[in-house]
Amino acid sequence: MNQLFEFLLRQGDNALVLGHRMSEWCGVAPALEEDIALANTALDLIGQTQLWLGYAAEVEAAGRTANDLAFRRDAYDFRNMLMVEVPNEDFGRTLMQQFCFDAFQVPWLTALTASSNTRVAEIATKSVKEATYHLDRSAKTVIALGDGTAESNARMQTALDYLWPYTGEIFADDATDQAMAKAGVAPLPSSLKETWQKTIVQTLSAARLTQPDSTFAHSGGRSGMRHTEHLGHMLATMQVLQRSYPGAVW
Amino acid sequence: MTSKTLSEAQVWQWLEDVPDPEIPVISVVDLGVVRDVSVKDEAVRVTITPTYSGCPAMSVIAMDIETALAKQGVTQLKLKTQIVPAWTTDWLSAKGIAKLETYGIAPPQAAGVPKCCPHCKSQALEKVSQFGSTPCKAQWRCTDCLEPFDYFKCI
Repeated sequence: MNQLFEFLLRQGDNALVLGHRMSEWCGVAPALEEDIALANTALDLIGQTQLWLGYAAEVEAAGRTANDLAFRRDAYDFRNMLMVEVPNEDFGRTLMQQFCFDAFQVPWLTALTASSNTRVAEIATKSVKEATYHLDRSAKTVIALGDGTAESNARMQTALDYLWPYTGEIFADDATDQAMAKAGVAPLPSSLKETWQKTIVQTLSAARLTQPDSTFAHSGGRSGMRHTEHLGHMLATMQVLQRSYPGAVW
Repeated sequence: MTSKTLSEAQVWQWLEDVPDPEIPVISVVDLGVVRDVSVKDEAVRVTITPTYSGCPAMSVIAMDIETALAKQGVTQLKLKTQIVPAWTTDWLSAKGIAKLETYGIAPPQAAGVPKCCPHCKSQALEKVSQFGSTPCKAQWRCTDCLEPFDYFKCI
């Protein structure tokens, strides 16, 4: 197994799958400003996907492109964390999902700017600026909704309770993570748990939300072994054109 | 055209006339996306840096540069995209900043908020959304003249 390729797929697939979920709000978000914000965030994430999957395709050296990796792979070949593939449900869950991701992504990309792999460091340097802006907004929105009305508070708590068992997977180091850490490409995800936890605690407290006690963690997304049933449905929509007309370009 | 007449300064000058596709009041040079121009014999190499990773204007900018230089008789053009150092609003030219304001877009400020309403210059402002009509902008509103306006995000 090419561990660098695996690592790059994880990077690209996290951005792609979350970016696609955000883009599903385009035209149907609860307010015009939020609609624009979600579409712009999605755009940043899809842009980052092009960089990560473009490099992944080069490393694989099998003649595939970023587009092939995005549109011609099936669910079990995706390497994104489970948390980003769950359905949007409501605006609250989407924002909570983005916040939990951003709170990890900012310290993670910051660490990657010092990667021993120049290309990884370059992509991280570009992406972290965007991620920092995303975290600023998602944290503030989680606080505004959590510390809002009884209805919005209840919805945010429901969203947090639903997403919480998916957060553990982010920090579960495996063989790919060990290999990347050994090569100086990336730190072990587990080494960032404390930083992530600090952001979570601060924000949840300001949002009058309660962190669930459970330590149970779903896993299988980053390895591709066991994605949720939702990813296949998402890909069916996202990939329909390339599945129907393989190689179509315009 | 002979190689003797083609200088890097000339290419920069031509690029000054290539407008940004989404904010046509400023050029791609004013925006700071053109990072380097080199001319060797008749081969021209232009290095550009994307503003935001997913900015859809980037492919149009690349195409507009190719078209503009082809019109001037450049036959050998290499466009290189470079992501590091990452684009920053510090690269906007002074001329570009002045043009943005005249156009009605509040230029980026280190403080992270617009200095004043680009229409009436009032400082009574409120943020509408952290994002705007393009990835590089946010939405603000003046509470004096009540006009909404774009603010160029500072990154």
